[in-house]
Amino acid sequence: MRETVVPSPNAVRTNRQVKAYRFFRSFWQFRHLTFMIVPAALVLVLNNYLPMFGLFIAFKKINYVDGIWHSPWIGFDNFTFLFNNGSLWRIVRNTVAYSMTFMILNLVLSVAIAVAINELRSRLAVKSYQSFLIMPHFLSMVVISYLVYAFLHPTNGFINASILEPLGKAPVSWYMAKEYWPYILTVVNAWKGIGIGAVIYIAAIAGIDPEYYEAAVIDGASKWKQIVHITLPAIMPIVIIMTILNMGHVFNSDFGLFYQVPMDSGMLYPVTDTVDTYVYRVLMQLNDIGMSSAAAMVQSVLGFIMVFITNGAVRKINSDQALF
Amino acid sequence: MISKAYKRENRISPLSATILNVIFILLSLACVLPVMLVIIVSFTHNDSLVNQGYSFFPSQWSVTAYTTLLKEFSTIAAAYRVSIGITVVGTVLSVLLMALYAYPISRKDYPFRSFFTFFLFFTMLFNGGLVSRYMIYTQTLHLKDSYIALILPLLIVPFNVIIMRTFFQTTIHPALIESARIDGASELRIFFRIVLPLSLPVLATMALFATILYWNDWFNALLFINTENKYPVQYLMMRVLKDVQYIRENMTLVSQNPELLKNLPNESLQMAIAFIGMGPILLVYPFFQKYFVKGLTVGAVKG
Repeated sequence: MRETVVPSPNAVRTNRQVKAYRFFRSFWQFRHLTFMIVPAALVLVLNNYLPMFGLFIAFKKINYVDGIWHSPWIGFDNFTFLFNNGSLWRIVRNTVAYSMTFMILNLVLSVAIAVAINELRSRLAVKSYQSFLIMPHFLSMVVISYLVYAFLHPTNGFINASILEPLGKAPVSWYMAKEYWPYILTVVNAWKGIGIGAVIYIAAIAGIDPEYYEAAVIDGASKWKQIVHITLPAIMPIVIIMTILNMGHVFNSDFGLFYQVPMDSGMLYPVTDTVDTYVYRVLMQLNDIGMSSAAAMVQSVLGFIMVFITNGAVRKINSDQALF
Repeated sequence: MISKAYKRENRISPLSATILNVIFILLSLACVLPVMLVIIVSFTHNDSLVNQGYSFFPSQWSVTAYTTLLKEFSTIAAAYRVSIGITVVGTVLSVLLMALYAYPISRKDYPFRSFFTFFLFFTMLFNGGLVSRYMIYTQTLHLKDSYIALILPLLIVPFNVIIMRTFFQTTIHPALIESARIDGASELRIFFRIVLPLSLPVLATMALFATILYWNDWFNALLFINTENKYPVQYLMMRVLKDVQYIRENMTLVSQNPELLKNLPNESLQMAIAFIGMGPILLVYPFFQKYFVKGLTVGAVKG
């Protein structure tokens, strides 16, 4: 190895050569590990990096004859169309409002469940509750849309036929009444998400040193004081990491939740249309690549900026807890 | 050591324990009952559905929905074949590739560790969005209507790779790897013979995640699959529900063509399809469950 890099003993090695030499030596020494990484790295390139690079299509007028690489550039025209389109404000408002509601509600409920479940002493009970609460996370949105449909079916649904009718109330055409959907979507999202969300916090609480609690008991701290002064501060780093990662998704929405569960019902668009369902509809149904790619790009860039803002804010408060 | 007296002293009172248990039992019921409702409706007799609506206690039971489904056996079998195929291939590839990526970036002596960690981490912060991915998949990679389009998008889940990396870091002692190397084992041998066997909990967890991800996926089929015999189960279910909804909303269409309504799957049949779609997950889930919390916890906490 050495001889191939350094041609003659009296050649003067520059700093750069030394660096290059070291790089190749360690590259060769660890070539097996790099070899292991390559397949998954290639998948990341195909799935993540090529589409990032492909964002430039938002600045093009795509036609299928020239393909995405050779279609003509049109500057910001796609964005002009998007911003002049009346639905932009509605979809952004819906997306951000739902994301923030879901984030805060699920965080509070998950932490509450984790703290509460930690107080139970029966191992069997804890395990069974956990299994039941996590289960919804493993159902697909298609299945969940069937479950919701079973409750909200206009004539036979459980709510109309088995709750409202016996109470003597008029049935509701759920899939046409938009005023209920913000609540329905929030409940469905919480139902699916809080169990699995709690698992992470349960794990974090299990990792807290019991001596803290022992000392607190000796000092006469109540259960509530222990939760506020020991448990919550101890799990704060994980809460913050999860929040930073979630902030990046404030402009994203769960496509399945907003498309499948309301069954793409046009009457509900004012409250169910988000950036993702809008982009999908404009792309697949209206076939308007320009406007959908502009919307998708705005979404990606805003999400990226949000992560930096949140992370910066966290670093200002407590630099240990920032993500990077 | 924690004394028993402390433990007893720090317990919540029996009254609060009872209240907490009641709350958790209610929450558990809230998670299970919707699934039960769908299963019960699928076994409900049509007359009972018409008179009573959907109910947990139907007056008449029936298995007509399932005998009708048997007649559609070939469609459902085809969808099952597709779903099982992509789930098996996808899960094996996914767990293998993620472990192969996670192991080197868990090694403190690997010089490109921070580069590849960032390479992975960056994909969690920024993405190209739906349109760009759709165009790359269909225009550049030409994956329209191909099974690869159902497998490739879900192969690497960055967050899960980080969980695996943390698991390797915390459970596999560097001295173990060092001693194996002194004995002359190659990196690949160390990985397959030492690291993987010691990581079964996290591998099982990831296998469960991947299985569920692939089994439950309908979105990639919605984007990329056109041919009916390539539909996975979830997408077939989605089509059934959408078609039913479409016909119900357009009753004028039905008045012109009464045949449509006759062929419309009745409601217990729809719910039977839903049951068949979630069935495998409900079967697999309890077996993985015990690994799953452990694998996730060890990997997630010390991140």
